[in-house]
Amino acid sequence: MWDYSEKVKEHFYNPRNAGPLDGANGIGDVGSISCGDALRLMLKVDPDSERITDAHFQTFGCGSAIASSSALTEIIKGMTLDEALAVSNQDIADYLDGLPPEKMHCSVMGREALQAAVANYRGETWSDDHEEGALVCKCFAIDAVLIEDTIRANNLGTVEDVTNYTKAGGGCAACHEGIEEILGRVLAERGERFDPTAKATPAPAMGNLARIRKIEQTIEQMRPTLQRDGGDIDLIDVDGNRILVSLKGACSGCQMEAVTLGGVQQKLIEALGEFVKVVPVGAHAHAHGSACATEA
Amino acid sequence: MGPIYLDNNATTQCDPRVIDAMMPYFIEQFGNPSSMHSFGNKVGLAVKKARAQVQTLIGAEHDSEVIFTSCGTESDSTAILSALRAQPERKEIITSTVEHPAVLSLAEHLEKEGYTVHRIGVDGQGRIDLDAYRAKLSPNVAIASFMWANNETGTIFPVEQMAEMAHEAGVMFHTDAVQAVGKLPIDLRNTHIDMLSLSGHKLHAPKGIGVLYLKRATRFRPLLRGGHQERGRRAGTENVPAIVGLGVAAELALEHMAFENTTVKRMRDQLQDGILAQVPNAFATGDVDNRLPNTANIAFEYIEGEAILLLLNKEGIAASSGSACTSGSLEPSHVMRAMGIPYTAAHGTVRFSLSRHTRDCEIERVIQAVPPIVARLRKLSPYWAGDKPLAEPEKAFAPSYA
Ligand SMILES: Cc1ncc(COP(=O)(O)O)c(C=O)c1O
Repeated sequence: MWDYSEKVKEHFYNPRNAGPLDGANGIGDVGSISCGDALRLMLKVDPDSERITDAHFQTFGCGSAIASSSALTEIIKGMTLDEALAVSNQDIADYLDGLPPEKMHCSVMGREALQAAVANYRGETWSDDHEEGALVCKCFAIDAVLIEDTIRANNLGTVEDVTNYTKAGGGCAACHEGIEEILGRVLAERGERFDPTAKATPAPAMGNLARIRKIEQTIEQMRPTLQRDGGDIDLIDVDGNRILVSLKGACSGCQMEAVTLGGVQQKLIEALGEFVKVVPVGAHAHAHGSACATEA
Repeated sequence: MGPIYLDNNATTQCDPRVIDAMMPYFIEQFGNPSSMHSFGNKVGLAVKKARAQVQTLIGAEHDSEVIFTSCGTESDSTAILSALRAQPERKEIITSTVEHPAVLSLAEHLEKEGYTVHRIGVDGQGRIDLDAYRAKLSPNVAIASFMWANNETGTIFPVEQMAEMAHEAGVMFHTDAVQAVGKLPIDLRNTHIDMLSLSGHKLHAPKGIGVLYLKRATRFRPLLRGGHQERGRRAGTENVPAIVGLGVAAELALEHMAFENTTVKRMRDQLQDGILAQVPNAFATGDVDNRLPNTANIAFEYIEGEAILLLLNKEGIAASSGSACTSGSLEPSHVMRAMGIPYTAAHGTVRFSLSRHTRDCEIERVIQAVPPIVARLRKLSPYWAGDKPLAEPEKAFAPSYA
């Protein structure tokens, strides 16, 4: 049985806003019955303010697909369309106190339905190039398609490379056989053989100083957002792939902190192109990290 | 009202008599059966007795044909790898598309190592294509491996006949009988089955104990080499308490064989009929006239299996599903796909598997619980309107991508 949070279970057992919505003026359909997941999101949008006055869903899918749909409708009700479009799949997962890695695609589907529904309201057509593969890395929820594409795009040759670029394999390491297999296949396409003894391509050459500057910069960029919410963040130290920060004010409380750290960590990973772990330290430090940080 | 356990194909509860028989082998009789002193001697006799009990259950001619292993998976791997190593000139394997991963994953791995794997297909009821099977039998084949009964649908393969066909072609035959042993009468001495796998935890013995039956004079290469345990065919100090437990479980299974095939079967039929009489757009999968007496696999169209299981679980009912979501994969069960069950139903399959511990009152409760659960999920489904599916669900629901 999945380790679903109480909140996921609660939304599954008592879904909010389920069923058709009369007078909906924005409808988004994503998924299909063959994939085992399908979601229709129906919005009632006030044309003057572009505010979502009501949202309903119909879902064919598992417990977390239904819970994610229910959560999404609750999150976006009362938002303007632009605010709603800023809702990420991580926001949906966070609202539900997290989803198992195998189930993150359920929250992705919610987000896609939202984009499709908004496009439908605006008279645009929305298309998605999102292709999902079999889950390879369970620690960080990375699928085969993403790994393959990343190997191709960056000419990667080792498991370590794949971990540096995608995080896949950076946790328990049980998926390294699977990653080697994908490497073998993609390398064969370009006429090479996978060599388990090969050295990882040095990470896109970033010296120590440049790396720390980049970290500082990234945190600096996130500051205004945090300050607006009454909080703040300071870089304390960088220790290998652990980035120690102190959180202040409204950011430092269990729930908010976990969300904030997850967001900061994600931004840092994107900026550095490597996997790092953000660890809170100082007076307000909590034992909580983001889901990724605890898993690594 | 206690919880209702209808997931006995996943695993069974240890019979209390099994546990009672095992306890002394943790406490007083803890010796190593190989030791010379009296601590070991009695233990050796207990293992011998258990071997005879298993021998009787499966109708083996000699007790030395029973090799204790750690599980069904180990028995499957041992059998297939042994056949390949003992006959290095033979590079082909025949199996089916609906085997347990214990066989299918190994076959896939062997394929990567250069072996050729022939996977024989099944029809809509899960019945094996015997002509296709016959066509693949040749002197290049090291082993044919087919399950006796399918874990998802309970469908029974004619393995005795298939072993005969293999024998005539000079090909070794193995059967994964993990689901069949204890539920169907088995008399190996009168068959051409060379090897058979069974697993204790499917017949009310503990987890972590299995058996590989190896017909006398079948060429064999051990998976684990080391000490002389199991006549050198499976090294490693014996899991004595579990072996003793399996012996008792085998004896109890034989005692309950008639009960399983009458009372348990009747309850299974009542469960299936009771559900299908009330729920539209639902059907039983597999070869319903030729399947395990304890198994009913029902497909509910337009809803997803994991959601059904969660709601059943809330009512205290345990079952399992072939939906993709329960396994975290993207595809529904390979067994449902092999039978060509449409996607509209394959994601919504639920397996109810009973045991001799199942009671009539439990079956009644499940028959009452299922229809409202299905109705509730269909109400949420975009493919369902009112009391029936949309006329053209794939058209009415128009995703921007699929
Ligand atoms: C048909 C079949 N084969 C093999 C196995 C594996 O047995 P074990 O869990 O003892 O390794 C199972 C159990 O799930 C099974 O149903």
